[in-house]
Amino acid sequence: MFHGVDLTSRLMLGTAQYPSPQILLEAIAASGAEVITVSLRREGVAGGAFRDLLAESRCRLLPNTAGCHTVREAVTTARMAREVFGTSWIKLEVIGHADTLQPDPFALVEAARVLCAEGFDVFPYTTEDLIVGEKLLEAGCKVLMPWGAPIGSGQGLRNPAGLRTMRAHFPDVPLIVDAGIGTPSQAAQAMELGFDAVLLNTAVAKAVDPVGMARAFGRAIQAGREGFEAGLMPERDMASASTPVFGLAELA
Amino acid sequence: MRIDLNGQTIETQAQTLADLLSEQGFESSCVATAVNGEFIARSLRSETRLDDGVKVEVLSPMQGG
Repeated sequence: MFHGVDLTSRLMLGTAQYPSPQILLEAIAASGAEVITVSLRREGVAGGAFRDLLAESRCRLLPNTAGCHTVREAVTTARMAREVFGTSWIKLEVIGHADTLQPDPFALVEAARVLCAEGFDVFPYTTEDLIVGEKLLEAGCKVLMPWGAPIGSGQGLRNPAGLRTMRAHFPDVPLIVDAGIGTPSQAAQAMELGFDAVLLNTAVAKAVDPVGMARAFGRAIQAGREGFEAGLMPERDMASASTPVFGLAELA
Repeated sequence: MRIDLNGQTIETQAQTLADLLSEQGFESSCVATAVNGEFIARSLRSETRLDDGVKVEVLSPMQGG
């Protein structure tokens, strides 16, 4: 499904901002996620413990290039990540603006071209822009990750119509909604639109009960996917009685 | 020699990147390295010589979204 890897769960979970490593582990397990995102940073005091935790989670790792603002930074970070995490998967973020954390599409395409040529399996964090999506595919990407809303904002799908158009425009490309998801219902909405997966972090990590929220997201994403596969009814402008009129008593 | 290691200026006796990692107590199999913004693969650390004022980044797996 994603770069030749079949997954059971359609939830990908970030590992940052949890109250404790133990809660992170429990949240991963409760969510059912098989892919977790990680980063590269100057090592703090708990670096060794985090490596042990990653091994314990038994998840596939998706390293990110979070915080990179240029092609050079992102490419160097990706190369470092491939070596230290032992995977060619990379969540490519090239940030264009510090406040919105909006991707810089021009630098993103350029970095994607460099990394795809070096054999990386690139998961580009992009917008719902169709032409940027096409350029990323031309650059060698096999997956696209449009944002739902700005990272960490919890606003959900800010442009559902644009995402629906993107889904229709790239029917055969795995599409993952990444970032901005705040509630399980928003994740379900993305799945009902036909997206292949959802990637989120803050909504679980910053919940009052992260483990409970992780479970809720896992179920919402599964329900949304099942709804999509079952085929949603068409929306109507007017009411349409569901109970038959035939056989209605005359009581007036 | 003075170099920049992870944003801190330090004094080092290390001649190569591999020497620096062992001098500074990094577990060399658990970190990724860059010198002046360029990735240096594990296999090239012992032949990567450090010059005065060089900027070295030694990064580890950490939490991320």
